[in-house]
Amino acid sequence: MGNRSHIRAALFFLAPALIAIGVFFFIPVIAAFVLSFTDFDIYSLANLEYARFTGFKNYTRIFDDPLFWKALKNTLYFLLIGGPLSVAVSLCAALLLNSRLIRFKTFFRLAYFTPVVTTLVAIAVVWRFVYHPRFGLLNYMLSWFGVSPVDWLGDPNWAMPAIILMAVWKNFGYNMIIFIAGLQNIPKELYEAASIDGASWWQQFRSITIPMLAPTTLFISIITMIGYFQLFAEPYVMTQGGPLNSTLSIVYYMYQMGFRWWNMGYSAALAFVLFALILIGSLIQSRIQKKTKIA
Amino acid sequence: MKAMTRIFLYLALVIIAGVTLAPLLWMLSASFMPRGEASVFPPPLIPVTFTLEHYIDLFTRGNLARYLFNSAFLSVCVTIISLVINSMAGYAFAKYRFPGRDSVFKLLVSSMIIPAQVTMLPLFLMLNKMGFINTYMGVIIPGMAGIFGIFLIRQFAASIPDSLIEAARIDGAGDFKIYWSIILPLCKPILITLGIFTFMGTWNDFLWPLIVMTDDSMYTLPVALANLSLEHVQDTELMMAGSVMTVAPVLILFAAVQKYYISGIMAGSVKE
Amino acid sequence: MKLVHVFAGICCLLPLGCQSSSRDDRAEIVFWAMGREGEEVAKLMPEFERRNPDITVRVQMIPWQAAHEKLLTSYAGNSLPDMGQLGNTWVPEFQLLNAVENLAPYIEESNTVHPEDFFPGIWDTYVIDSAVCGIPWYVDTRLLFYRKDLLAKAGYADPPTSWEEWFDVSAKLSGQNPERYGMFIPTNNEFQPPIIMGVQKNSSLLKENNTRGDFSGNEFRAALTDFHRFFSNGWAPVKTTQIANVYQPFAEGYFAMYITGPWNINEFQRRLPRELQDKWMTAPLPGPEGKTGVSLAGGSGLVMFRNSRHKEKVWKVIEYLSETDVQLQFYHIATDMPSRVDAWRDSSLANNKYARAFFEQLNHVVATPKIPEWEQIAQKVREYAELVSMDRLTVEEATSALDRDVDQMLEKRRWMIYGK
Repeated sequence: MGNRSHIRAALFFLAPALIAIGVFFFIPVIAAFVLSFTDFDIYSLANLEYARFTGFKNYTRIFDDPLFWKALKNTLYFLLIGGPLSVAVSLCAALLLNSRLIRFKTFFRLAYFTPVVTTLVAIAVVWRFVYHPRFGLLNYMLSWFGVSPVDWLGDPNWAMPAIILMAVWKNFGYNMIIFIAGLQNIPKELYEAASIDGASWWQQFRSITIPMLAPTTLFISIITMIGYFQLFAEPYVMTQGGPLNSTLSIVYYMYQMGFRWWNMGYSAALAFVLFALILIGSLIQSRIQKKTKIA
Repeated sequence: MKAMTRIFLYLALVIIAGVTLAPLLWMLSASFMPRGEASVFPPPLIPVTFTLEHYIDLFTRGNLARYLFNSAFLSVCVTIISLVINSMAGYAFAKYRFPGRDSVFKLLVSSMIIPAQVTMLPLFLMLNKMGFINTYMGVIIPGMAGIFGIFLIRQFAASIPDSLIEAARIDGAGDFKIYWSIILPLCKPILITLGIFTFMGTWNDFLWPLIVMTDDSMYTLPVALANLSLEHVQDTELMMAGSVMTVAPVLILFAAVQKYYISGIMAGSVKE
Repeated sequence: MKLVHVFAGICCLLPLGCQSSSRDDRAEIVFWAMGREGEEVAKLMPEFERRNPDITVRVQMIPWQAAHEKLLTSYAGNSLPDMGQLGNTWVPEFQLLNAVENLAPYIEESNTVHPEDFFPGIWDTYVIDSAVCGIPWYVDTRLLFYRKDLLAKAGYADPPTSWEEWFDVSAKLSGQNPERYGMFIPTNNEFQPPIIMGVQKNSSLLKENNTRGDFSGNEFRAALTDFHRFFSNGWAPVKTTQIANVYQPFAEGYFAMYITGPWNINEFQRRLPRELQDKWMTAPLPGPEGKTGVSLAGGSGLVMFRNSRHKEKVWKVIEYLSETDVQLQFYHIATDMPSRVDAWRDSSLANNKYARAFFEQLNHVVATPKIPEWEQIAQKVREYAELVSMDRLTVEEATSALDRDVDQMLEKRRWMIYGK
């Protein structure tokens, strides 16, 4: 077994993937980075002479752009409310399904997971109608409780909550599965010992379940956060960023700038700002988790 | 006491199931209602008159068969190609020693954090220069290899005993033969899981096909549906039928293979 | 199954992937049309194909909402069709991109298409730097649709002809019990009302060779102040998103006047209940001083894209659609107003009581700035007008912010004209 042929074989197996990823992922990332320092736009598309190197101008412009801050605020709103809500719902569902007292687990698990595999666009179309002020299911059900109809997608105050609700509905099944796996990994002896000591369900939950689930929770929080930062399809199909830009997300703004108005340099800069935000968010999350663990 | 808890638990489970399934069931129900029947208050739950007119409409005027074909063709192609390419790379990372192996792998995994949207504009311009805009290749090419897939396969392949490979080599098998006849069959569970992930991911993909496909004959189902919804805001029942057609194939596939899919998610996550 | 076979199989499918639409032995013209027009124009094609057996025309319908980005993406991807419908405010962009063919040579040779045949204000919107970038297909402008009966009850046997009358009748028709309004102004998706009021007050909208915003100028500020009065005085509803479907509230008298376009003539006739059909009417816009106010020269034209490989044949399609008879046919099926003046002499239009106001208005139309950035600017105007209507910004704040944003959008243009 010559080392030479060993490495050659490895290269053979690696080549297609590495070439594909290198050419169609890394090169565009680098290109986007370069693009973000230019003012490439529709004029440049017509004639390359009309593109200028502008240094950090796009980035400073983002800083001064009220619409960017609105998009950031909206995205953070979505993230900070929707994220924990989604994780909490998933955890509850996982706890329910993990209980030894119930049967038909497969059925419920399947039911809760169904929204996850459905196409987001199709779901957005359905929910757009569920949210209809007059004919929608939601207002109808609320009317049973005496709540007057809400213009979910037309009221700037309610549009984002409406999208959050839909996103949580769609995703909780996915995180639920991961929580179930995490729960099943907790040694049963711990719970048995605690029962013998007379601990209540709530005490067991706090002192055993939560700490033992910490790595799983961190993992879920991070992937949920990364996913939620990329909010796009829901506003695109349901609200077109409105009303009054209350559902304009960072990716939607990036799409608008890049593909609608063809300010491509600016759009590329927005993409990297998004990346930086995701990175920072992940670091903050890990840091917080580590701190609470030590505490 | 236990009985009370049990009742409470079942109640909670059923309510959650109800909330989860209600919009989907309503979607199905409304797709069979004649035009305009869904736009009344209170919203009807079951069609008074059962009609297939919207489905027929979608297939005749709406060209749905073409979109179905596009989605299916692309999903299958991307799945097969990416399974081959990713499994080759995953195997190499797991079982071959070469300088820089771990650093390259770490680099790949950490770049998973870069959002795909960053690449879209340049990728669009690049594929345009290559003449792949508005072609199937335009969707297939970016999907040919995926870091997540390589990661999953590498984790799985690492657990294959080296002795098996050794034995095959002693018997005179070449590298490719080992990969093809020993590794791949052993990886079947993870390949199935990854295959399902990839198929569903490609089927449900929206933004990229929206950008790349400019001709309506090339649209995938989600793009066609979004188009339909922008144009026919008033025709609720028709759009519900469109949604059903977009969601149904994937749901059916999922019901058939849910065991693998769910165990795959569990396997991929608990590693952390 | 061997890997080799799998690969071979996939490679055989690749050519499928490289093909986009169709291959043609006889010429197939791909024609992109938007919205309603896209659906209806296909009906005119069989006759054309009968007259020209060597040409087939494939009409592809694109929703208006996605059309702008689709066109630009296709331009970037070199996959524009042979011909298309372009809103006249979009033509400058595509002319700048060199995407549309100059039709002047074809016009010279043509028997059917002459500039004099069309409304001058409309023809002008398609001429950029003395190149004729498109042939007007149908015209659009905005004017007043109103409830005759409600206005009569308020003492207006004739529709308002000056702003003063307009404000007066709006006030008279608005009230709390029951909730009703004189006007309906959809601030959530239309930019036309504030812009129209601006040009009526003689604002140029942009200044310095269209490189800076003039929205903080006195004219536009005055117009926006009056615009705001509709909302602050309760003459128009502020929450416009709740009115997804305008026909119902108009029929119910929730509002009495609405500024909209010619497609609604047909829609109103179709969707309003029978009892209401003799109770509504169209009228030219009231001007600030008491003459007919100007409106925006809208509509779409037919353009030939430069990358087409069948230019002569595309011209034939354009000529066909420009014939007086065909324009009238199109009017009948799509109710889009013909761009040819002589088509209006036809009895179906001449005697159409609703269309008369349009003919009048079409003689008082102006073009909006013919620059590529206009679309984006118009959307911004709408955004700020909406904020003003909701009292989230004062007129001063809004117009200053608007100018700031518009100046930013035009920065590139400034550099290209002055900077290099």
